[in-house]
Amino acid sequence: MTGPVGIAFPDGTPRLELRGICKRYPSVLANDQINLKVAPGEIHAVLGENGAGKSTLMKVIYGLVKPDAGELIWGGEAVAVTSPAQAQRLGIGMVFQHFSLFETLTVVQNIALGMTGKPDLGTLSAQIVAVSERYGLPVDPSRLVHTMSVGERQRVEIIRALLLNPRLLIMDEPTSVLTPQAVERLFETLRQLSDDGCSILYISHKLHEIKALCHAATVMRAGRVTGVCDPRQESPRSMARMMVGADLPVCRPSSIAAGTERCLVVDKLTRAADSAFGTALDQIDLVVHAGEIVGIAGVSGNGQKELLTALSGETPIPEKGRIELLGRPVGCTDPLTRRRLGLCFVPEERLGRGAVPTLTLAENALLTAHDSGMVKGGLLNFGAITAFTHRCIEGFQVKCGGPDAEARSLSGGNLQKFIIGREVLQKPKVLIVSQPTWGVDVGAAAFIRQTLIDLRNTGTAILVISEELDELFEICDSISVMVKGRLSKPIATAETDLTEIGLMMTGLSQRHDGHAAQRGSGDRQ
Amino acid sequence: MKLKLERRVAPSQIMQYLSPLLAVGLTALTGLCMFIAMGKDPATAFYVFAVQPIENLYGVGELLIKASPLILIGLGLAVGFRANVWNIGAEGQLTVGVIFSGVVALHYGPQGGSWVLPAMVVAGAFGGMLWSAIPAFLRTRFNANEILTSLMLTYVAQLWLSYLIYGPWRDPNGFNFPQSEPLAPSALFPILIEGTRLNASVLITLAAVVFTWFILKRSFVGYQLQVVGLSEPAARYAGFNGRRAVWIAMLAGGVASGIAGVGEIAGPLGQLFPTASPGYGFAAIIVAFLGRLQPIGIVLGGLLISLLYLSGEAAQMTLNLPSAITGLFQGVLLFFLLGADILITYRIRVIPGTVKLKKVTA
Amino acid sequence: MDTLSAIVIATLVAGTPLVYAGLGELVTEKSGMLNLGVEGMMLFGAVTAFAVTHATHNLWLGVLFAAFAGAVLAAIFALLTLTLKANQVASGLALAIFGAGASAFLGKPYVGVALAREPSELAAWVSGIPLIGSTLVLLHPLIYLSWAAFGGVFWFLYSTRAGLVLRAVGESPASAHSIGYPVNTVRLYAVLFGGAMAGIAGAYLAVVYTSLWVEGMTAGRGWIALSLVVFATWRPERVLLGAYLFGGMTTVQLFAQGAGIPVPPEMMSALPYLATIVVLVLISRNPTLVQLNAPASLGKLFHGEA
Repeated sequence: MTGPVGIAFPDGTPRLELRGICKRYPSVLANDQINLKVAPGEIHAVLGENGAGKSTLMKVIYGLVKPDAGELIWGGEAVAVTSPAQAQRLGIGMVFQHFSLFETLTVVQNIALGMTGKPDLGTLSAQIVAVSERYGLPVDPSRLVHTMSVGERQRVEIIRALLLNPRLLIMDEPTSVLTPQAVERLFETLRQLSDDGCSILYISHKLHEIKALCHAATVMRAGRVTGVCDPRQESPRSMARMMVGADLPVCRPSSIAAGTERCLVVDKLTRAADSAFGTALDQIDLVVHAGEIVGIAGVSGNGQKELLTALSGETPIPEKGRIELLGRPVGCTDPLTRRRLGLCFVPEERLGRGAVPTLTLAENALLTAHDSGMVKGGLLNFGAITAFTHRCIEGFQVKCGGPDAEARSLSGGNLQKFIIGREVLQKPKVLIVSQPTWGVDVGAAAFIRQTLIDLRNTGTAILVISEELDELFEICDSISVMVKGRLSKPIATAETDLTEIGLMMTGLSQRHDGHAAQRGSGDRQ
Repeated sequence: MKLKLERRVAPSQIMQYLSPLLAVGLTALTGLCMFIAMGKDPATAFYVFAVQPIENLYGVGELLIKASPLILIGLGLAVGFRANVWNIGAEGQLTVGVIFSGVVALHYGPQGGSWVLPAMVVAGAFGGMLWSAIPAFLRTRFNANEILTSLMLTYVAQLWLSYLIYGPWRDPNGFNFPQSEPLAPSALFPILIEGTRLNASVLITLAAVVFTWFILKRSFVGYQLQVVGLSEPAARYAGFNGRRAVWIAMLAGGVASGIAGVGEIAGPLGQLFPTASPGYGFAAIIVAFLGRLQPIGIVLGGLLISLLYLSGEAAQMTLNLPSAITGLFQGVLLFFLLGADILITYRIRVIPGTVKLKKVTA
Repeated sequence: MDTLSAIVIATLVAGTPLVYAGLGELVTEKSGMLNLGVEGMMLFGAVTAFAVTHATHNLWLGVLFAAFAGAVLAAIFALLTLTLKANQVASGLALAIFGAGASAFLGKPYVGVALAREPSELAAWVSGIPLIGSTLVLLHPLIYLSWAAFGGVFWFLYSTRAGLVLRAVGESPASAHSIGYPVNTVRLYAVLFGGAMAGIAGAYLAVVYTSLWVEGMTAGRGWIALSLVVFATWRPERVLLGAYLFGGMTTVQLFAQGAGIPVPPEMMSALPYLATIVVLVLISRNPTLVQLNAPASLGKLFHGEA
């Protein structure tokens, strides 16, 4: 097979080789002497937890970032990739974790923008349809992007990359926005590409996916390569060892049964979308008892954001239905009122919502914990603020420069620990957490999950909204699924599995939305 | 060789204080170059600009009496800018403050009484507050941009005052000049220092400095305003009322501007003219920025801008330059200030040549 | 000439500076840059045009230099916001203040000076055209050019690839950057264009609309132009409509005064400003409308990759 520039690759030569790539940022060494070899047609995983430097490395390959040192060898020849346009000319394509699509334009306009020259839109549409059919990625070229779901948008990104006939396709954490069934379909597409001779660099931290899909894996930790292996031969445990440097921590499960007090009750909540591009909520029913963790699974974009702002009171828009906190109706009240009743919540965005990036940790403690004695007569009590911040830092193992460190100077995991700590220290009766471990390193993630379990055991009612099914299965007592603004009835975690929840996430299951088979009757799909 | 801007690990504290000084220095340098280009002797020009206006007691009095409204309005605007509320209509709010207090002064002043002056201050504050309440309302209720609405209202206010001065309030004994009657003694601020025009209105400004410092540094309200200004989603998450913040921000500027207006007519002007002030409402924006939105800085910034005003007048008399040079320098100063601010979050690095990748022999 | 024609012509004449400034700011904002300094750029353009026309007796040279002057000021804005990453609102305000100050300073020698109205050969030739010539010549060439500018901007934004890129940059600079477009370069061109157009608007005011230089002669038109872009929900055809609506308002004022209606002149002068407020409120009160049409990245800082 020949690539777009007509070069034939002899056997044995790696399609892509990286030697000694280094990239330093002011506060961190993101890539330290990285070596990598990808054979033609190989599906090669780059495995590492959040913060290991995988994204930076991919940006170097794609020409978005210039390395400080090292060589990039493409098909046996050294090249300097200076821009994405040049990378594309060489035959490198990339599908980003966060999509680069323009909402107000159509699919074909978006793809046209990514191509050089002036492609005729009609011909391009035909090409899009051809590629989409060949690889099982159904997409309508004339649709406006803002009407498409996250999964559909990813298909557009993949097709965009495929239209350039890449010889190497980089996929950056592609499955974080997909249901398990959609993941399977994606894998089929990737296997077909690999059979056609295209190499694939698959970036992920999900061990079982890499084991199922990839021929080879380069493992990264803290900016360095810690190992190269064949995932088909390795166990998840050995790969985890290379990725984290130790065994993956396991949570101590809850031992106490859930309470009976209904702390958070949502009854037929119906609410329009927050913005023009959002999802409306439709007849949401939800109950969280004291001492129980209820999980809400679902790919983002199905109304989770809207559910959280409805429960927190951050965006006051008219709604129908009831929300009750400890028996008191709180629909259409502001967050301060709800906090006073004992609600705390952790949003999915850390910087810019859960904490103000340029303020110090002490100033950020004041953001929600101000009722804990920090404000007297309208004036700030700096002693109380500092004391609280210290308690938070120490109690939740937050690695930082002290209470005066700026929030944005903390790593994702440490900031998340601080925010969760801040809320937990307020001894809430109800805690709502959205995406508790997104973008967080493995150690901090385990700590956070254990914190939630411990909190549950003290009698707090906890609601967790998460895209990570593994996480929900690890800590929740029961799981509901959110699809297109509707919430399914909760199922006890012990009585279900990944496949079933995955099916429900695509909206195909019978247990969805009240047409459920009777719980406890043993009747399962 | 290339110059590159590299982000600092943490913002530089030193540069926070240095960058206004750097900006002033660069402006002075620009001025010097300008003078040389215009054929004026730089040394004389510098003397005229920096020294001559404040050579004597009267000059110092002028400096302070001009700085007073600049600082007062600057404080009010700083409260707003911190909350990301951009009150650009301070000049209009000052004008309406003049109108409202003018009503009191012209109707009740001649009768006399110690209550007249305080009543004027209250009326002026109320007028400015009213004029700033309109953009506040339009923003909180209709989401209309406060920069544009407050500015439009400035033009309206100036037309209103103009109508009054050319019309019903024109001084019958004024030889048809567009001005009001001179204000009666009971409607004027008492002079503090003999031989100058420095009057008691500076005491109001002083009190405002202390009050604002307290609010911004020590109060929970000040903290809330800061969060609203830094991150709207975080403010919503915290439950801080964004609307209330807009109201506080705009009204602070309005009250300050209104009172500053009273200070002008009950002070150095002594009567009402079609233009209420030489652009203090706009200059105060620069004062607020120069002062880094901090009360102490605003005091210093106010003194500097006041000096610039006096320099402009001196330049006109001595150097034969149009007094509009003041506005020119104000703009240049703001440019340099905004430009120098980058050094707080970025540092300049020199990159010696580019790194070349070696060719590989197969 | 009958009253209707007089009103139409007066409206077109009064609305033209807003057309130029509004279209220029529209393009700037479409790329995501909010340049509040339109008033300053217009004033700077006005004084430049006046000075150059006075010196060379060539109106077109004056307009050309005014466009250049506006672009120079816009370049300062671009330097501050794109390279030095300063806050766009503050930088735009600084530009407005500087433009006002600089134009007042540079214009001092020209206060009270009148430009000689030279008979135009072009006008003589146009009025010779049979049938329509006498009508065509009633409008200054700059008015026709403003229509051409409108056509050009419209075609550029919606029919060319470069316009598509500009709109994409305005909506999501991060995505455009990932695809490989030079975001800052695109924005620079958009800002420079806005500056040039504002300069022409100012030139029109100083050498066509009147033949005088007065300090602050734009009287807030730059700010009205900014409001116009919002009112037009960032569509060029609505900018044109809005500009003439405002032009019409100024005309009403003149006619009312001429007809002897007993309203104080100041109140009539206040009409355009009050109307601007009303118009802003009407559009802004519908946040969905604004969100769907405003360039999503308007006014926000964009950090390019190292």
